[in-house]
Amino acid sequence: MNRYEQYVAFMTIMRKEIRRYLRIWSQTLLPSAITMSLYYVIFGNLIGSRIGTMGGFSYMEFVVPGLIMMAIVTNSYANVVASFFGAKFNNSVEELLVSPIPPYIILCGYVAGGVSRGILVAVIVTAVSLFFTRLPIYSPLLVILVVALTSILFSLLGFINAVFANTFDDINIVPTFVLTPLTYLGGVFYSLDLLPDFWAAVSQANPLVYVVSAFRFGMLGVSDVNIAFAIGMILLCVLAAFSYSLHLLRTGKRLRT
Amino acid sequence: MTAALQIEGLKKTYDNGFVALQGIDLTVEPGDFFALLGPNGAGKSTTIGIISSLVSKSAGKVSVHGVDIDQNFPLAKTHLGLVPQEFNFNVFEKVEDILTNQAGYYGIPRNDALRRTEHFLERLGLTEKRDTRARMLSGGMKRRLMIARALIHSPKLLILDEPTAGVDIEMRRSMYDFLREINAAGTTIILTTHYLEEAEALCRNMAIINHGKIVTNRSIKDLLRDLHKEVFLLDCAGQLDSGLNVPGFDLEVLDDHTVQVAIEKGQDLAEVFAALHQKNIAVVSMRNEANRLEQMFVNLLEQTA
Ligand SMILES: Nc1ncnc2c1ncn2[C@@H]1O[C@H](COP(=O)(O)OP(=O)(O)OP(=O)(O)O)[C@@H](O)[C@H]1O
Ligand SMILES: [Mg+2]
Repeated sequence: MNRYEQYVAFMTIMRKEIRRYLRIWSQTLLPSAITMSLYYVIFGNLIGSRIGTMGGFSYMEFVVPGLIMMAIVTNSYANVVASFFGAKFNNSVEELLVSPIPPYIILCGYVAGGVSRGILVAVIVTAVSLFFTRLPIYSPLLVILVVALTSILFSLLGFINAVFANTFDDINIVPTFVLTPLTYLGGVFYSLDLLPDFWAAVSQANPLVYVVSAFRFGMLGVSDVNIAFAIGMILLCVLAAFSYSLHLLRTGKRLRT
Repeated sequence: MTAALQIEGLKKTYDNGFVALQGIDLTVEPGDFFALLGPNGAGKSTTIGIISSLVSKSAGKVSVHGVDIDQNFPLAKTHLGLVPQEFNFNVFEKVEDILTNQAGYYGIPRNDALRRTEHFLERLGLTEKRDTRARMLSGGMKRRLMIARALIHSPKLLILDEPTAGVDIEMRRSMYDFLREINAAGTTIILTTHYLEEAEALCRNMAIINHGKIVTNRSIKDLLRDLHKEVFLLDCAGQLDSGLNVPGFDLEVLDDHTVQVAIEKGQDLAEVFAALHQKNIAVVSMRNEANRLEQMFVNLLEQTA
């Protein structure tokens, strides 16, 4: 395939992915909007008003960037894992496998779908948050960069999960037992300063810490970790996940017999 | 002329150690309508899986229109359209989207893809169902959807894995007409089937595969002629000359006293008797021998049933 044909194939996959989650918006877009609104009400307004400030900001201001990140992580992951596993499950993945599309285009197409859902949900929950607080943006460029890298990273991780999953249960295991705990422990709801030294150090091994901190820095200009280091870590994870995903797709692991 | 499909020494051992293909050689010429006939588990789908990249081969070579799949699989794939045995589309998608997307996967720009979708919806009688989700189609419609999908990028070689499974007789007939038409327009077609009648109705050449081996590979005409031959064994008095022959007849001396003769439709056994009589050979008794090919078909069919 020449460049243009590859571009057409990429756009086809991305369009198909976007239409899929828009078609079932009540399962893909609505839940995050509702959950996050509840978080805003409970943590931001009800409880937050008693907590006072955190990192120099009202608790609501502090928690909103973390929650937006959480929505991006969950949604980009969920989109790719559900869609690609579904394609594997009903064998429609064969449509892609028998076609001449290069593996990296297939991967980019699915990732683009995940990224777009992550960003769309982020926009929705950000819009909702504006009913509760004002949102400063310290560095728009950093915000965009972190959102892009994070949604790419978790789309890729969702893809890897889908390749290995054999049942629909398998696509919930990682989100439930890994992703959610790491997000909650990743500084969405608290500043790492609050932790004893030991746990603060342990937290450095949690990639969600870098994601949340870097994004919060982009919004508020305060951070728990060194920003350059955080971006470097996220970038490294993206490269690793991309190479591994591509390797899986090229070798056809669990896709071809 | 480069073959539409060339397979040499193709072997497949599945991960569980099962040997599905034991070394297959097959050549299909461009423009041919070719049948791959064989009972359940013979290795038909495995062979097709390898050609279309869904199954990895253990040994051997495959080229599609002169393109070796080991050298340039993507290019080989552009020549190939595949109608698999099992439904493999996303049942939640609309019929027209399945076709348009498939065109996109081959790099066909959207406007062209929409135009082709229109064309094949029409050709396969699915225009009314264009907005229907694929899961709401009947079995025969699903089959036609897969044919439309396989043709959307105008492949030179169309491979259909049991296209008529679950299709009623009338629909089958119109499907046959359609396949004949695109074959006449230049598309090489290979189909797998369990039924000799289907191969006979459609194809020019055929191979029979069983237990992962090609049992026979020739034109259907030849095969049918052999199939309809009656074979007799004649026990004769006296010593037979091993060079014995009767012009126009398929004669074979088996031993000093036995000669085998195969009679085609329209031939008369009496002529053989007359010729032998002239050579002073007396026929003592005669037995009807089972046709080996026919026997093979009976065996194959028994296995299929
Ligand atoms: N993934 C697999 N792992 C192990 N064995 C397999 C696998 N797929 C197929 N086989 C075996 O390989 C053999 C050939 O199967 P194949 O599907 O190619 O047969 P077929 O000729 O298409 O049969 P049918 O007419 O029933 O479709 C069968 O014995 C089958 O059980
Ligand atoms: Mg089969």
